[in-house]
Amino acid sequence: MDVTSLQTSGRTGAPAGRRPAPPRPGHRGRRSPAASVGLHTALVVASLIAVFPVFWVLVTSFKPDSRAIEASPSLVNGSSLDNYARILAGEKGDFLAWFGNSLLIAGLTTVLAVMLAASTGYAVSRFTFPGGRGLLFFFLVVQMFPFAVLIVPLYNLLLSLGLQGSAGGLVLVYCTTAVPFCTYMLKGYFDGIPREIDEAGRMDGLSPFGVFWRLMLPLARPGLAVTGFYAFITAWGEVAFASAFLSAADESKTLAVGLQVFVQQNRTEWGHLAAASILVAIPAAVVFYLVQRFLVSGLAAGSVKG
Amino acid sequence: MVATTTGPATEPHRPPPAGTRRRGRLRRFLDRYWYAYALVLPVVVVVGGLVVLPLAQGVFFTFTDINEGNIANPVLGREADYDVVGLANYLNVLSGDPAYGSFWAVLLRTLVWSGICVACHYGIGLGLALLLNRPLRFRTLYRILLILPWAVPAFVSAFAWRYLFNADYGLINWLLGSVGLPTPVWLGQSPVAMVAVIIVNVWLGVPFMMVALLGGLQSIPGDLYEAAEIDGATPWQRFTQITLPGLRPVSSTVILLGVIWTFNMFPVIYLITGQNPHTRILITYAFERFFSGATRDYAIASTYGVLILSVLLVFAGVYLRALRSREAD
Repeated sequence: MDVTSLQTSGRTGAPAGRRPAPPRPGHRGRRSPAASVGLHTALVVASLIAVFPVFWVLVTSFKPDSRAIEASPSLVNGSSLDNYARILAGEKGDFLAWFGNSLLIAGLTTVLAVMLAASTGYAVSRFTFPGGRGLLFFFLVVQMFPFAVLIVPLYNLLLSLGLQGSAGGLVLVYCTTAVPFCTYMLKGYFDGIPREIDEAGRMDGLSPFGVFWRLMLPLARPGLAVTGFYAFITAWGEVAFASAFLSAADESKTLAVGLQVFVQQNRTEWGHLAAASILVAIPAAVVFYLVQRFLVSGLAAGSVKG
Repeated sequence: MVATTTGPATEPHRPPPAGTRRRGRLRRFLDRYWYAYALVLPVVVVVGGLVVLPLAQGVFFTFTDINEGNIANPVLGREADYDVVGLANYLNVLSGDPAYGSFWAVLLRTLVWSGICVACHYGIGLGLALLLNRPLRFRTLYRILLILPWAVPAFVSAFAWRYLFNADYGLINWLLGSVGLPTPVWLGQSPVAMVAVIIVNVWLGVPFMMVALLGGLQSIPGDLYEAAEIDGATPWQRFTQITLPGLRPVSSTVILLGVIWTFNMFPVIYLITGQNPHTRILITYAFERFFSGATRDYAIASTYGVLILSVLLVFAGVYLRALRSREAD
């Protein structure tokens, strides 16, 4: 992404959707009505496919378990808020405690991963130093290895660090999966910020860290938002590590682990599972909605210059 | 994206004068680089510690016969009791023996799975990005709706799709049946299950590609299109001569990442079809060895991990070399 488009899209933080689209093939007003209908039809169909599975879970979440399995599907069938009430009241396990744990772990992961990725991305973008390129290649390799296979060595390591069974250990493990991709993206983002800004900051007497903290981080906000979203999503729904590295006590589980109770014993409680799924998806959707206007510019900068 | 471009140095490299004392050299080295290293240090400690050490131990496991029965158990206070077996694990796995997961057949399935998924991700993502990258009403709304699958936690999507694919009371078979089409058992023990998981994974992966490509499209200067139009280029020519070359940097990155992620896409398959041999890819088999069975076979699971890493390293090397030689042309 070149400097000018960064300034218009990234720097001001204007909602990308409200920006007038650049003139492209099919200028405004030149599109025939038939082409317009075709365009909107294609987008409506694609949007329906994208949304429908989640919508159907929402519909199911209001049905009692017995009615969730029906020969001919219906939107409403004995629907009520009972499933939600029962889950929130803790009849199916300590839902609110799980929720709090998940929020804490995903929140800490987001903050820590973004901080680590931002400082590394900045260093790799601005300074040439021995090992810098090797570090980037190492991050690519890290994504190639199926880390869940390493649960045993990781378990032993956390045990010897005294972090086994605690939220802190899990946060560190999540950071190792989120940081490599986040670093790539933020490096690309910093590459798009002109060097003159660094130099001007140094002239004004800022230390290298001051430049990073006071100038670069605010300018890279869209990139930070996208990496934060990625880190949050990585940690929020993860099951394998969470079930291995948290203690088995009910009140220390995360949502993703706790919800497995609904699918056990060959008898899936579809209605409750659906309601719980919606409750899990809500915070992710909120985070998504907050950052979605940054997604296009943030992700593009990361991949173009990465 | 791998180390193809590194920003120019803030300070030019000066060759150190010959005959400098070692301490002086170290000092100048630190003077020049210390804040770069200070910025990188936290990541090196956290990622390095939590990746390199377990990875080294995991690679060591591949040369042993370790499993849950003979591993050291600090909780029970049991000493380790496994033997080093040399290359036996690799030989067993690479022989393609069904007892060790029929490696070659599963590798082939993994390649087919990755190829189909990434091709669909890219094709559909590019199509949607092109549609969204023009002035149109409700653009923001469409974009939000289309990105939604990315924001939903994987196990929630997996549940949603398992419910939709259910053979007896799922919505998909109800729809197919009501228009008179056959209603397969989607998630049963047949190759149809593979079709089902590919559909789900395509659904999951398109938003990322679409968003990245949309950003790439927006960074192509608009005057290129105007100039082409004046020269009388057809829409198809504009697409192949301007759009595709302009997207190349984004495309090469997202395709490489897409292949790596899809190759190791464990949750979708595992949560939707479980231990179904018809949907088995390398990483789900590693998990089967790891998590199930009377003795959890850590050695074979780690061997699969190392083999997955090797396959992907070879792929990345060939891919990056091809990119570079194309750039040089």
